[in-house]
Amino acid sequence: MSAAPLIRLDDIGLSLDGRRILDRLRLEIAAGGVTALIGPNGAGKSVTLRVIDGLLRPDSGVVRVASRRRAFVFQRPALIRASAAANVALALKALPRRERAARVAEALARVGLAHRSRDAATRFSGGEQQRLALARAWAMRPDLLLLDEPTASLDPAATEIVEELLGAMARAGTTVVLVSHNLGQVARLAGTVLVLAAGRVVEQGPPRRILSSPRTPEARAYLAGELPWTVFAEAS
Amino acid sequence: MPILHETLSRLWTLDRDVLAIAWLSLRVSLTAVSIGLLLGIPLGALFAVARFPGRGALTGLLNAFMGLPPVIVGLVLYLVLSRSGPLGSLGLLFTPSAMIAAQATLATPLVAALTRQVVADAQVHLGEQLRSLGLSAPRQAGILIYDVRFSLVTAALAAFGRAISEIGAVLVVGGNIDGHTRTMTTAISLETQKGDLSLALALGLVLMSLVVVVNAAAALLRGHAARAYG
Repeated sequence: MSAAPLIRLDDIGLSLDGRRILDRLRLEIAAGGVTALIGPNGAGKSVTLRVIDGLLRPDSGVVRVASRRRAFVFQRPALIRASAAANVALALKALPRRERAARVAEALARVGLAHRSRDAATRFSGGEQQRLALARAWAMRPDLLLLDEPTASLDPAATEIVEELLGAMARAGTTVVLVSHNLGQVARLAGTVLVLAAGRVVEQGPPRRILSSPRTPEARAYLAGELPWTVFAEAS
Repeated sequence: MPILHETLSRLWTLDRDVLAIAWLSLRVSLTAVSIGLLLGIPLGALFAVARFPGRGALTGLLNAFMGLPPVIVGLVLYLVLSRSGPLGSLGLLFTPSAMIAAQATLATPLVAALTRQVVADAQVHLGEQLRSLGLSAPRQAGILIYDVRFSLVTAALAAFGRAISEIGAVLVVGGNIDGHTRTMTTAISLETQKGDLSLALALGLVLMSLVVVVNAAAALLRGHAARAYG
């Protein structure tokens, strides 16, 4: 008998502004590794992440998330006008001062920003800001990390750094759930891919199989439009 | 022109009347604005962050209170502080404290409404992240206030401008008593009617200078903040 999944969504329905976003969505995500949610715009990927995090409450269905501590990294890093260290510390207010400072220093070092801990975060480049957002997530020591297109507005070099960090977090035992339109990234990082279309999961499997031979018409249509060049040459 | 000469002479010799009136005005308005900031900033931020029934209607009311007519505020406070009023026993009517209360009543909704708007704008970008971190509404409000702290200088300036330049409320609850509750605006009005135009003009110049200096200081602060934080 397999262990209970870390995340289980049953028959989730959710409408926003009168539009049906999630339609009897079901999914299960096991603990550990990287799971990618892919699908066309409007498929409900970002909304699904927000339902998992509790930022959105569904109209119907059951959400079961067995994580102890979650962190969410958004496409556009949400940073306040304060130092890099203060931004990381936002997530750690419950800790005693000394432990908090140690965690902040460790997290900033982990993303290569230790030397900039006192600089104004809003002055950082886009890539540095996203690394800082990851440092904040890292400092929380989450067992579940949710990311909504974290590299969508980054250049290739910054994207590579973020991917390395995600890989390291996954190897350290954090379950990573990632929404991405970058199929190369999905192939590089994910152990499981869920294809969403019209508010449902239409297909699920390992990235090589899903990206090379999708079985459902929705997944085929999405990948025919989105799949560029030869992702598999890169992935293999 | 003799009036201009006399005006400049009063300023040059640091006329005691001018200094006393200017100091009282500044003391009353700065205290009132401080109270307005202490009450209005948290109130405005909570309005932006918290979700509660009737929030829309209360926000509309708050915005409407930005335009409270000073003389009405003065009248209501007069009734409250007069001997037969509910707070009459405090003996505050015709004292600087009553004038501070009146100007703070004008400043608080102005600060709260401007804060609510600035914090609501910041929340568009930061709100989901703060909620995702599991922070309570007051904690979220505190972080958002910190984030927009330099924009709140504008709210403080607007409140100071409203307080230092109003006449209706301080006249009603202060009584324009010489040497006790006479501010620059009430003195300018009185001296103009009496024909002592040099004193009125001297006070007018001091008032204008104060407003310019305070605004310039705020612009410097905002400029520094923009260079530091973008």
